[in-house]
Amino acid sequence: MNASQTTTRTRDVLGTSALRPDGIAKVTGEFSFSSDMRAENMLWGSTLRSPHPYARIKSIDTTQALLISGVHAVITSDDVPGKLTYGLISSDQPVFAKDVVRYMGEPIAAVAADHPETCRRALAAIVVEYEVMTPLVDAELAILPSTPPIHPDGNLIRHQRIVHGDSNATGDIIVEGNYTIGMQDQAFLGLEAAMAFPDAGAQGVELHIATQWLHEDRGQIAACLNLPEDNVRLVLGGVGGAFGAREDISLQVHCCLLALRTGRPIKMQYSREESFFGHVHRHPATIWMRHHANKSGKIVKIEARMVFDGGAYTSTSPAVLINGITHTQGPYQCDNAVVDGYAVRTNNPPCGAMRGFGVVQACFAHEGQMDKIAEACGISPVKVRLINAMHTGDKIITGQIMESVAPVERCIRETDAIPLPPTMPDLVNALELPGGSGLTAERKNIVRGIGWGVSMKNLMYSEGFDDYATARCTLSNGVASLKFATSEVGQGFVTLAPQIARSVLGVDQVVQEVSDTQIGSAGSTSASRQTWMSGGAVDGACRLVRERMFEHVGKVHNIDPIRLLIDGTDVVDSIGDFRISVADATDGVTFSETFEHHHRKTEDLDENGQGNCHVAFAFVAHRAVVDVDCELGLVKVVQIATAQDVGRVLNPLSALGQLEGGIAQGLGLAVMEEIVLENGKVKNPSFTDYLLPTALDAPVVVAVMIEEPEPQAPLGAKGIGEPPCISVTPAIVAAIRAATGKALLRVPVRPQDICL
Amino acid sequence: MSAENLVYTLNVNGTNREVKDSWVGESLLYVLRERLDLPGSKGACEQGECGSCTVLLDGDAVCSCLVMAATAVDSSITTVEGLISDTVMGETARTVSDVQAAFVTEGAVQCGFCTPGLIVAVHHLLDKNPSPNDIEVKEAISGNICRCTGYGRIFAAVNAVIESRGKNQQ
Repeated sequence: MNASQTTTRTRDVLGTSALRPDGIAKVTGEFSFSSDMRAENMLWGSTLRSPHPYARIKSIDTTQALLISGVHAVITSDDVPGKLTYGLISSDQPVFAKDVVRYMGEPIAAVAADHPETCRRALAAIVVEYEVMTPLVDAELAILPSTPPIHPDGNLIRHQRIVHGDSNATGDIIVEGNYTIGMQDQAFLGLEAAMAFPDAGAQGVELHIATQWLHEDRGQIAACLNLPEDNVRLVLGGVGGAFGAREDISLQVHCCLLALRTGRPIKMQYSREESFFGHVHRHPATIWMRHHANKSGKIVKIEARMVFDGGAYTSTSPAVLINGITHTQGPYQCDNAVVDGYAVRTNNPPCGAMRGFGVVQACFAHEGQMDKIAEACGISPVKVRLINAMHTGDKIITGQIMESVAPVERCIRETDAIPLPPTMPDLVNALELPGGSGLTAERKNIVRGIGWGVSMKNLMYSEGFDDYATARCTLSNGVASLKFATSEVGQGFVTLAPQIARSVLGVDQVVQEVSDTQIGSAGSTSASRQTWMSGGAVDGACRLVRERMFEHVGKVHNIDPIRLLIDGTDVVDSIGDFRISVADATDGVTFSETFEHHHRKTEDLDENGQGNCHVAFAFVAHRAVVDVDCELGLVKVVQIATAQDVGRVLNPLSALGQLEGGIAQGLGLAVMEEIVLENGKVKNPSFTDYLLPTALDAPVVVAVMIEEPEPQAPLGAKGIGEPPCISVTPAIVAAIRAATGKALLRVPVRPQDICL
Repeated sequence: MSAENLVYTLNVNGTNREVKDSWVGESLLYVLRERLDLPGSKGACEQGECGSCTVLLDGDAVCSCLVMAATAVDSSITTVEGLISDTVMGETARTVSDVQAAFVTEGAVQCGFCTPGLIVAVHHLLDKNPSPNDIEVKEAISGNICRCTGYGRIFAAVNAVIESRGKNQQ
């Protein structure tokens, strides 16, 4: 695999709606997703998982499975040559459970066979004897020191307080609420899949994998395989969405182990049901908040307690917790705060990254509180948000100064200025009523409601983590070639990177090399960070190459290079007549430079939760209009109006797609999506029972992008991936509250929450 | 396992394709992807909920994950790979249908995993109903889940095709 994509569209520079270079391959079916890979002589791999949330493993007997014709290997924990555990922050998750299983679906063994059906039979033939134990499924119980630990590392994953300003401050108005957020699944369409090719002699392996972060995966895999990192080569397989669920290890280690054991290529791919057990989910959380405000509605103090259920293993729970508690105030000024946050271990499915990463949970609570303040003061939802709106230069509750551009007021005002949708006509297609194709709602029972949500979201990693990104640019004969390990998961970095190169270098033709571990890390495709970080790296590498080109042109044509600049596709002398095309200027020469982009340093929080822990922030406002059948509890989201702080729009079409897509996911959390648990068991691991928004559920989205370029950002652009899905959820719930008069302190809002 | 092995012929994209050594339980999706080297149809739910595996079976849009391959021997099967028409899309010099081109130009593709199924579903809709209204479009593709786009750009792509086909007929 060499050059994967070539683009020759004319002048698709920054700011234009350049089209995806992989678009044609994706609409014709030619694009190779990781699940589309095949290889000569390959075998299929499959995983045996625990049916119990908590049990001792008394014995594992693989004898019968190995006797099945077509079965080539059965492996368990005993076959892991290196480290027996992995994990993003804490290495506490077993490659295979050995003595105990701590969640339903935990891997116990893996098989390699000649056909998926043979795999299924082999898994069925493995005999595991369990001693079932009572699962710990209550996060509040998990906090108590008296509760027996379900893991050697204990049940408390992290506890952090924030104490800021005057703890005794109070106001004329005090409002409080207990909010609950259910467990949401990322539900990317492209199921987990990989192909591992063993090196001859089993001293190395090449893994083609759909992941968010190749280099992080490699480190964890190599440790488990007991191989040097250089012997583990990762290549990005085509990724069918991610949304946080591909940040943790799923089948990576199992696939490599089977390949090394059998000496043959191994293909693994999860089913949808297995996918629900095979990746982490959004943390369910319970949040208590009490806001103190003065009579005009201005926030005086916020008190909060947040409990995030991390499930059986750590994943990114410590970072999700910090995101949650440090966003307690939302995009509002607040001088005084006392916040207590816990992330705990239970026998529920492990939770980790999902778009919004802890802020989704905090936002649902703080936006409910803002409406309570508005009601208590007799002011509108818009006014309470405007009078409290944060500005650049404000100090947030961690003591950090808000240095990011913070156009919160403008987000609110521009959202408010978007026209409301027309009222529902008396004669309406039944499909447009709440409940849609169920065709049960009646026009006369429909009540319309309007609600608001506004949010802030940190960008990039926090608490001292240097999540740098690397890129290489090579320019020769007027063609730029870019190399980076950035995961394209659908967000469109493969569209943006050539736009940057065209703008900086004056080239039209940009080749993107395959993303793999043969260059430095790009960090994760998460935290709304790749436009800023990998974009910054591509920009930096291209600028270094441009300097080299200018030096070369200056030398050849006897011009001081400082006078040269790019005009269209030419190098020109800024104070003379000289002009040469970039193609001619680079004829027969090659310039290649590598650049690492690092964001500014951040700090850990101290014991009072004080410290400059975040890099930067973005803001967004959402206004939801819903139609509700109050008798049946059915909701139709009619319109979402939004104004988002994006810094600078680099590709209007891509940006709009991010906004609309995030809104649909936030809508899902508001009224549809939840992994239902009963005593640690997942009751709905399928698309029949876990409901996702369809075309009939999609609201009209009216979006405004607020462009106030961010000075810290290499391209002036903020990350835009996460904000769309954060405050849309509380906006929709507020609209349902307005229509029904119900308190609705829990998401997703279910029909019974409305009609009973 | 030999007793379960079958040899049969499927008509796919206008060509008779022999399927050898197949197990009787294999779905049409599996046979297309793993035995006939047509991986354009995607599997994402295995129970007919997501539409990623949509193909045309005698002109009807079906989820190929729900069709037992061996029962499709007397049918005409069209996959995303068989939709390519004579339309040529600009400078890319690649042959794609108007629906496929519109999905790219209107930004209806992000990760692209749902895209082939949607492309088949939209072709099917517009073949049956050249000028559907908004609600008919939504209903026709409501069996195709997209997790990335929120559907807005997909509606834009469908509307662009409806408009351009309408103009061509005038």
